Amino acid sequence: MSAGLGPEARLELYRDMVLLRSFDEQAVAYQRQGRLGTYAIHWGHEALQVGALRALAAVDWVFPSYRESAIGLLRGMPIETILSWWRGEPAGAWDPREHAVANICAPVGAHVPHAVGFAWGKRMRDEATCALAFFGDGATSTGAFHEGLTFAGVVRAPVVLLCSNNGWAISTPVSAQTGAEKLVDKAVGYGIAGVRVDGGDVLAVYEATRAAVARARAGGGPTLIEAVTHRMAPHATADDPSLYWDEERVATERRRECLLRYERQLADLSLIDEDEAERVRRSCRDRVREAMAAVERRAPVPATVMFDTAFADPPPGLERDRDAVRREEEGGEGEGAGGGP
Amino acid sequence: MKTLVEAVNGALHDELERDPSVFVMGEDVGVLGGVFRATVGLRERFPDRCFDTPLAEAGIVGTAVGLALAGWRPVCEIQFDAFGYPALDQTIAHVGRYRARSGGGAPMGIVVRMPYGGGVRAPELHQDSPEAYYAHAAGVKVAIPSTPADAKGLLSAAIRDPDPVVVLEPKRLYRAPRGEVPEGEWLVPLGRARLAARGDDVTLIAYGAMVGVALDARQRLLEDGIGAEVIDLRSLVPLDEEAIVGSVARTGRAVVIQEAPRTCGFAAEVAALLAERAVADLRGPIVRVTGFDVPFPPFSLEDAYLPSVQRVAAAARRAAGAE
Repeated sequence: MSAGLGPEARLELYRDMVLLRSFDEQAVAYQRQGRLGTYAIHWGHEALQVGALRALAAVDWVFPSYRESAIGLLRGMPIETILSWWRGEPAGAWDPREHAVANICAPVGAHVPHAVGFAWGKRMRDEATCALAFFGDGATSTGAFHEGLTFAGVVRAPVVLLCSNNGWAISTPVSAQTGAEKLVDKAVGYGIAGVRVDGGDVLAVYEATRAAVARARAGGGPTLIEAVTHRMAPHATADDPSLYWDEERVATERRRECLLRYERQLADLSLIDEDEAERVRRSCRDRVREAMAAVERRAPVPATVMFDTAFADPPPGLERDRDAVRREEEGGEGEGAGGGP
Repeated sequence: MKTLVEAVNGALHDELERDPSVFVMGEDVGVLGGVFRATVGLRERFPDRCFDTPLAEAGIVGTAVGLALAGWRPVCEIQFDAFGYPALDQTIAHVGRYRARSGGGAPMGIVVRMPYGGGVRAPELHQDSPEAYYAHAAGVKVAIPSTPADAKGLLSAAIRDPDPVVVLEPKRLYRAPRGEVPEGEWLVPLGRARLAARGDDVTLIAYGAMVGVALDARQRLLEDGIGAEVIDLRSLVPLDEEAIVGSVARTGRAVVIQEAPRTCGFAAEVAALLAERAVADLRGPIVRVTGFDVPFPPFSLEDAYLPSVQRVAAAARRAAGAE
């Protein structure tokens, strides 16, 4: 049992997990209804996402992959922002400085060096800011992971590298991803600390991350955390896992899924009962529902935003295209849009 | 009088001095001062801001993204042109896109500079001209000096630019010829071409080491009574369209020169621009003089590969209808 976490803090973790779960389940439903684009499911990853994030200080930055698309919710980012991102709307973009949450990295592993560079940069400014990057087991095969961890080891960046090992990179199992016995073994090669933890246990992930962040802040360098869990849902709404996994095994895994586990733990400690649990679930569901309604009520952003956000100081040629698109949107002919000068 | 590489070195010194967030990083840039000595002396003067990185180009540009998010102005050296390919993923997918991805919020003032081009008898993958890859990467600006003064002014402007800039330095011009370089603050704004030589009969459009080839061709053309204007683009993104279109409007003839392979090279972009905006002024075909659509050959053959004075002069005569 986790040291230093009082009853209220434990309930806070629970509410965070329910919020992420609620977001995920409704996002899948919205996608089925045609109200979101293809959506990457994080069902079953709530424990490791919440446990890791809550071990950070507010100044520490998070670098999410698509699997942690909703992580900003735990930092006060509006639900509308994340829903907009999955709707392919400009309102889904955010300034990473606002909530200390970097933008979602779609290509696997590519943001690992970003987190390392950021943490290194803060350290060189004598700021006590750390970074945490979330990535999956598949990411550990990428060159960016390798180069990122190589840099992290050399510069002793105050960074936590959290591998959410759910066993699958779409249809490819970890056994086909690496010859290493355990992903955490890779830490040795980079000269950094490594720890393996049950990713389905929110308190275990919290403790492991807390220790890693403390080490980073004290100048002890990076830590690779392998949080082992199971992917019990499709990779994304476009995925059909029945083609590659054993449904019976997944059904067994689902009976041990992280939110249920934590709910039972809290119930055993008499910290929560079913009424309270249902109240939390309903409240989170309502928040997501209201956010979706707000997103759908919103007037569309002018398409010219794509020109306004690409450069700080745009090349003059873009101004011409911007004007043409603006005229098109205003119902004119838009002569010249995309058709050269 | 300074060499181009000395001018680069001067700009780096000045910018590190001016802005405490400028951070030079790359392979062998510190203790050694860079394989071309572009960063010599920086480590002594700015020991905390000239960093020898691991041999990992995607790591260099990838960590630079994070450094920029943390408030730094990273200036990455890629040791040779083709060594930048492992970092193209970071450059295209992140450096050029982060600003848009963050709704215009994330600071992404990164400079990636590298020696490029042939003509120095170098081994394979030390002679490439990768400018089209970078010019095609949305969100990234591209500057290419051809004189020591422009090398200093463009690099200083690039380091101060709020957007990411790739600066390609023609390595065959690193040591010669020398040129005047203004002391102190010296900025050459991105997006302004340089009129390298005036002429009325044909416009030769070039950048990097090809500017010198164009100027030599101009001398040869003068013997035939053909007056060639030479435009040094200096920056591909933003592109000084008015300088190109304005010159061709006067001469009615255009030759575009690049070292890179022909297909989808930057010369094609310039030719397309002229076709769109100056076709009524053209009195002959737009002619390209380029490298060939083959891998850059072993260096004993590079003179046959690279655009030569003779080829450029012949192309100009063809464009002018004199051949």
